[in-house]
Amino acid sequence: MSTLSLAVRDSSTMLRRNLLHARRYPSLTLNVLLTPIVLMLLFVYVLGDVLSTGIGGVGADRSDYIAYLVPGILLMTIGSTPAGTAVAVSMDMTEGIIARFRTMAIHRGSVLIGHVIGSVIQSVVSVLVVGAVAVAIGFRSTDASALEWLAAFGLLVLVATAFTWIAVGMGMASPNPEAASNNALPLMILPLISSAFVPVETMPGWFRPIAEYQPFTPAIETLRGLLLGSGIGNSGWLAVAWCVGLAVLGYFWSTSLFRREPK
Amino acid sequence: MTKHATKPMAKSMTDPTATPAVLARGLRKSYGNHLVLDGIDLTVPTGSVFALLGPNGAGKTTVVKILSTLIGGEADTLRVGGHDAAADPQAVRAAIGVTGQFSAVDGLITGEENMLLMADLHHLPRAEGRRVTAELLERFDLVEAAKRPAVGYSGGMKRRLDLAMTLVGDPRIIFLDEPTTGLDPRSRHRTWEIVRELVAGGVTVFLTTQYLEEADQLADRIAVLSDGRIAAEGSAEELKRLVPGGHVRVRFAGPDAFRSAARALPEAGLDEAGQALRIPYDGGQRELRSLLDRLDAAGVEADGLSVHTPDLDDVFFALTAGPDRTPTPARAKEVVR
Repeated sequence: MSTLSLAVRDSSTMLRRNLLHARRYPSLTLNVLLTPIVLMLLFVYVLGDVLSTGIGGVGADRSDYIAYLVPGILLMTIGSTPAGTAVAVSMDMTEGIIARFRTMAIHRGSVLIGHVIGSVIQSVVSVLVVGAVAVAIGFRSTDASALEWLAAFGLLVLVATAFTWIAVGMGMASPNPEAASNNALPLMILPLISSAFVPVETMPGWFRPIAEYQPFTPAIETLRGLLLGSGIGNSGWLAVAWCVGLAVLGYFWSTSLFRREPK
Repeated sequence: MTKHATKPMAKSMTDPTATPAVLARGLRKSYGNHLVLDGIDLTVPTGSVFALLGPNGAGKTTVVKILSTLIGGEADTLRVGGHDAAADPQAVRAAIGVTGQFSAVDGLITGEENMLLMADLHHLPRAEGRRVTAELLERFDLVEAAKRPAVGYSGGMKRRLDLAMTLVGDPRIIFLDEPTTGLDPRSRHRTWEIVRELVAGGVTVFLTTQYLEEADQLADRIAVLSDGRIAAEGSAEELKRLVPGGHVRVRFAGPDAFRSAARALPEAGLDEAGQALRIPYDGGQRELRSLLDRLDAAGVEADGLSVHTPDLDDVFFALTAGPDRTPTPARAKEVVR
């Protein structure tokens, strides 16, 4: 069997294993769904009226703010699933079965690839659930073409892949699941200090660079542009560059940690 | 049964063209400044059972980890199944099956799912994977538990599942790291039966154990590992001969009988508690009769008599104690545990 077909076959076996875990123990998946949904409801119904006048000017109502908010919430959803992945990977590495996998003639990376693909699938499912809630409370995409929908979907998958590889590295580098949960916290906090809730321009000058020069802001701006027709500018390329960079970094980090000799 | 297996094996040992299942020369391993394995040599002929005997911390698990390619080690020669473990670990992995000391099952999924996972990773066609799974679950008495998550299995069930998973790919060389530690006697005997069945099918078994009895029951050859070195190697019989721990213990009803017996048996020593006589004994029938005759001749009636064959405590006492320290048997036990 060639290396590639071995990789594909073993990775899909490992993916089945991870999906089985997710299906059998849905609490971790549901847990990460809760935060973005609660935040969305909070911002729309508690703060929505006030914020909408700030963003849309006098006369703007809550529905304007929903439109502004949802792309950020969707990317926040993408950010929280990998946090669960870091915990899952860390837990998995303490299991004896990983040692068994290492002594089998299987593709070395398949354990991690299975985790990544499984997590990306969970991210996409989570985005669909959160997106459905968003539509239910009044979010509508204005004039997005089929191609733009496709691009939006591609962007979400790309962001999910990038952050999942980073999360797998975090899980591998953590001595235990508790530490993995702490280490993955930035993945959940980063979207909060991006342009998800309010435009970067409204933030104090010293803070603006933190919100501006991080992967979520260009990704959110790109998604907004695709779904709502606002200007994308160079955000699209920035988002893609961030994601590819993070994915490559996470991949090499994770695989080198996995290759490291077990204790 | 093991005795039958010994004969063809003995032939293959003398056959210089046969490839040994495991061949290690000068195997070393250290963690930082701590030397775990200090240049050990191992030869395991194909189709035989080899037992690595040693106390906790002797380096048994490290040997298994290196031979099964889980970790690296330095060696002049290290070949498993004819493949160089350092240069071609994937070829080694394709030839072996490993059941480690700590259960290597996925607790979150069911026993059956664990088995099917192994079948998939061995790239068996789906139908064959299902057939092998059903067969092994049956053989390891796991049919009833097959649909339950493995996390809820008892220790013995987890071990059985672990071993069943190892057998899915029909490996020709199997490593068992302390396969019966912590098992109840019934499960232990069941494991022994399985090992014998495997050997009857031509599989080479490399096992580690803390129990001399286990090595005695199963192995064609035994190596005693102590402080990272092979302290002795041979068949169970050969090893027992090295060990002076065999003795007869005789108890007496009163101090008078005790004193006259001690006079009649000048070679006897006191046991740990000072309550009974301990007479060295190597297991022969005549020797035992002559001992009884001497007691009769002295007119001493023993209250109780028991024969002790050497156990691992004795082996380690004999093989690891230096000339300047002569630990009591009680202390030898401490060394082992």
